[in-house]
Amino acid sequence: MVLNNIEDLLEKYENGETTLKEEQQLKHYFSQETVAPHLEMYKSMFTYFLGNQQEQFTKDIPLKTKRTFNYKWIAVAAVAVLMLGFYFKEPMITSYEEYAYGTFNNPEKALDEVTKSLAMISSHFNKGTSTVNYLNEVNKGRATLGYLNEIENTTSIIFKN
Amino acid sequence: MTQVEFLNIVMPFKDKVFRLAKRLLVSTEEAEDATQEVLLKLWNNKKKIQEYKNVEAFSMTMTKNFCFDKLKSKQAQNLKIVHSNYEDGNTSLQKQIELNDSVDWVARIIEELPEQQKMIIQLRDIEAYDFDEIAKMLDMNNTAVRVNLSRARKTIREKLTNTHNYGVK
Repeated sequence: MVLNNIEDLLEKYENGETTLKEEQQLKHYFSQETVAPHLEMYKSMFTYFLGNQQEQFTKDIPLKTKRTFNYKWIAVAAVAVLMLGFYFKEPMITSYEEYAYGTFNNPEKALDEVTKSLAMISSHFNKGTSTVNYLNEVNKGRATLGYLNEIENTTSIIFKN
Repeated sequence: MTQVEFLNIVMPFKDKVFRLAKRLLVSTEEAEDATQEVLLKLWNNKKKIQEYKNVEAFSMTMTKNFCFDKLKSKQAQNLKIVHSNYEDGNTSLQKQIELNDSVDWVARIIEELPEQQKMIIQLRDIEAYDFDEIAKMLDMNNTAVRVNLSRARKTIREKLTNTHNYGVK
């Protein structure tokens, strides 16, 4: 390449007016073994630029797919738990009822049980009414108080006169 | 969007993100962290990725902002310590691409430039973006990018000339 041409390019280059293509030409020229001695300092400049282009980023990029916790799954889990709950609870209730109230196959035994429980109820009921009897005493007391009223009547008659 | 799809989008420019971060933060480790952070942010917002007109330009802007935040934050105070490790990381790079000493100078000169110019040099001369893209990434107008670029290039050339002559004379 003609040296004149290079010098022109360098001047343009320093004014920031060169195109990328022209800069490529310059880089190419200065990557040669020998350049004009008065342009020696440009050589180191352009070799630096070219050399620096080779540098690479070697570290790997730790790309983590961000695990955003999906709250949908909580609903799914809750439903599953509920379903399981109903499923296991149903038979337990029926067995409990059978155990609690009992069904008697033998009518005599049933009658027995009924009279027994009815007797228990009536005895407790009687106990209750016997305690209510004390209220009669209160009535008796009130009747005696009635006499006091009569005394008052007579005294008022006396004082009137 | 699956991981594979995401990686297909991100792979072509992840190195560019890294290099821009390194240009601003200097230390390789910091730059690696920044790159990871930026890519993770993209991944977390992957639903919006289709809405972006230009994912690459968007990521570069993100990187720029992230690095500025880093530099401003208190963590940046520790950068000085990390900075002393910088030489080590650089020598391996140096060996790797067989840079000579004066090429190393270029890195040092660029490091001294103001951040704006650093980024523009990075985006234009190393990543070869066109002016419109750079303007969009850095939220500047086209002429401002050109002016800054020209200034940065002139500074680099001047300083390089100085160091060259220093060696000779």
